[in-house]
Amino acid sequence: MRYAETGFELEVDLSRGSIDRVETDPELTKLHLGGLGTSARILWDRVPAETEAFSEDNLLIFASGLLCGTAAPGCNRTVVSTFSPQTQLLAYSMMGGFWAPELKHAGYDKVIIRGKSPELVYLWIHNDKVEIRDAAHLRGKGAIETAECIRQELKEPNAQVAAIGLAGENRVFYASIEQGRSSASRGGIGAVMGDKGLKAIVVRGTRDVNVARPEEFMSLCDDVLKYIKYRADHPIPGVPAILQGLGSPQEMAIVDEQWHTTSFMWGNARTRRKDFWTHEIEEKWRKTQEDVRTRLIGCYNCPMKCGATISVPGQPTYMMKCYSKLTYTMAAYSDLEFGFKIAQRATEYGVDGFSTPQVMAFALELLEAGILTDADFPGMPADVEGRFFWLLDRIVRREGIGDVLADGVYWAARRIGKGAERFDHNTIKKHEQLPLKLGMLNPVYYLMYATGEKINITQIEGQFPQAPFPTMEERAAFVEDWIQVPDDKFKRYLLEWEPRGEKSNPHYPSVQASCDVVDWQEKMHYIDDALGTCAGLSSFPLKPPYHIHNFPKFISAGTGIDFDSSSLWKAATRNRTLLRAINVRRGMRRADDKPPEDHWKKRFPELEKTLLDEYYKLKGWDANGIPTKESLLDLDLACVAEDLEQRGILGKANASAQKSSPGEEAEGKKALSHA
Amino acid sequence: MPKVMKKIKSITINADLCNGCRACEVICSLFHATPRYSSNNPARSRIRIVREPLRDIYLPVYAGEYTPAECTGRDTYIIDGKKYDECEFCRASCPSRDLFKEPDSGLPLKCDMCEDEPPLAKPKCVEWCLNDALIFEEREEEVEEAEASAPDIEIGVEALIDKHGLQQVLDAVARMAKP
Repeated sequence: MRYAETGFELEVDLSRGSIDRVETDPELTKLHLGGLGTSARILWDRVPAETEAFSEDNLLIFASGLLCGTAAPGCNRTVVSTFSPQTQLLAYSMMGGFWAPELKHAGYDKVIIRGKSPELVYLWIHNDKVEIRDAAHLRGKGAIETAECIRQELKEPNAQVAAIGLAGENRVFYASIEQGRSSASRGGIGAVMGDKGLKAIVVRGTRDVNVARPEEFMSLCDDVLKYIKYRADHPIPGVPAILQGLGSPQEMAIVDEQWHTTSFMWGNARTRRKDFWTHEIEEKWRKTQEDVRTRLIGCYNCPMKCGATISVPGQPTYMMKCYSKLTYTMAAYSDLEFGFKIAQRATEYGVDGFSTPQVMAFALELLEAGILTDADFPGMPADVEGRFFWLLDRIVRREGIGDVLADGVYWAARRIGKGAERFDHNTIKKHEQLPLKLGMLNPVYYLMYATGEKINITQIEGQFPQAPFPTMEERAAFVEDWIQVPDDKFKRYLLEWEPRGEKSNPHYPSVQASCDVVDWQEKMHYIDDALGTCAGLSSFPLKPPYHIHNFPKFISAGTGIDFDSSSLWKAATRNRTLLRAINVRRGMRRADDKPPEDHWKKRFPELEKTLLDEYYKLKGWDANGIPTKESLLDLDLACVAEDLEQRGILGKANASAQKSSPGEEAEGKKALSHA
Repeated sequence: MPKVMKKIKSITINADLCNGCRACEVICSLFHATPRYSSNNPARSRIRIVREPLRDIYLPVYAGEYTPAECTGRDTYIIDGKKYDECEFCRASCPSRDLFKEPDSGLPLKCDMCEDEPPLAKPKCVEWCLNDALIFEEREEEVEEAEASAPDIEIGVEALIDKHGLQQVLDAVARMAKP
């Protein structure tokens, strides 16, 4: 008997219309745990490196984490992985909500989609009964609307639905997959779903999910709940409001947006408005938020309330979480009321809340600069809010300029030409980033931006404070009950970290310390993404209830496969290395590992080179960012080493390693970033 | 009828505080699993959240008595502008819906307030609801001495008889009793 996992996957070939229930190899659980880890293994084994995103051979994998569907609080994440049309690299994006546990209860750990359906269809999974059903009547419908229609036609109010909107159907490169409460929206995974002709996957399950050692597992769960309660009563002092507690940043509960609105950039990541936040704005935004917010809501088996039901008068109700309330607001230099309004339409269309507003702000900048003209925007309203709505409608339909913009800033800039490339100043590996432009290089963030396979900073950071505490008293108080550290050296790193002087950015944390901090932070994300634990209770916030010391106990008691912290650390290292290998096999190299040129005003090329060198060494990669044969063998990835050798990627790559330095192709961007 | 003092256990359900996470369903199914905590399955839970996020309906309902027949109630309530079917408030395990039945056997489920030896301080669903949507109260009340109610096994057998008929149940028991 398999514990925590079901031991079965659903293989669906939409070209052939076939559905198979396949037993999985328990050895893969030992190696990769589940979720992103086992999904990455499937993508490595089964998708040839040359496969394009919109190919029948590309797989789209919906995976539950290893602990989803057990009693472990907040273990509810669905990990969707595929190859991205935008970055052409591995794309994975997660969503909370209720879908993954429902899939477990239906009897499956994953749904693996291959091929393309000639007609629009949806997949209906009800325990053993699985059907591919016609979705012609759902074409063009919003993602949330689609879910409601399907629940009604199946008469299954408790079915969980993951659906795409118009953007996914039309293969917009930043289309999302929406689940009502949550969305998996980064990397263009919704476009791949649309390309496969798959409108939705609907699940209802009424089966047991078993654990190996029940009493032990339950006592671990009780401890986590106790710690969540403790943290609710003990917010972290000395950090911005949204970083004090657990969960995704509590954007729906908190009105105080001083930190986002004055530290993040407005427009196409252009303008910092240090004086924006005033008492009047706070009162106005408070009223806006409280007027539209019906209820604070949680995900499956989690006491947090990171999301909210939003009802803007005159618009259908939708659900929202986190920072998307501000991304449209700030890209348009508008206000919160506009943000809530346009997010409703964007959610129905199914587009990513990070990329979309930036693409639209980018388009308006090109118009202002004369690179695009009024002729490119026929009929566009004059006001900025109206323009955003107009652009959104064009993008998701790929009409006119919308067709160009639907590929994202990087590709649009190159299609438009005439200097538009200079306005592409906030992408990494062709993917739009958070609108942040800062002063002094931060070595920890430099490494995370440059090297993260997620290509998204919020899915890499966490655990270690983002800024030093000013006084030794505050630092001492912080480290006192810092039980989450894997090693006491991290306490020392924090104690010694000063806001100014020798022991401050960019030279402190030291190169070694920076590598260690990044290694720890991303390991915790890799563990979460394999187990299905929400980052909001684990890798993202300061002092979370899940950490490297209790995770092995959860896995051991849950699955019956014994892990300790060092074997879990190794499994996370294996998954991290496998993701790197997947992207390396698709051509990613050191030259691609860089943040946007203008992310920091003060850059230190020598230091950055050393940081990258040392980080690669710590990871067991060569100077070009390619995992070495020795490290692959040590991680039981001999098949990966062999493949990379056969392709000539391993064994000869070092020659070109040192060529690039950050910002080599960015001469033009510099001028603009200071404009 | 003689009067006796009886411990009354009740749960105040503050639906306004419910975040819809269904932790109550999860822990209920785990507590009643055999062996205890060995499996999770909200479909077996004796508390269910009637949950329609887009209409802001979050209604925790506890499993009550088994009933063999549908009732005639098809009325609609409107409370604070939100529309509820009468059914949504009902605790019965009844033929008209799949709520409060074991998913495989169809046998009825009923909340037992997590009776245990030694007794728990409060039912598990209350303990796991960190949002205080479920508050446990215990008080003593003078009540008329009740007739002994049917034990669980009889309720289960009654449900089986309602579903399959007496003869089929007798036949099945006879078959299973053979060595």
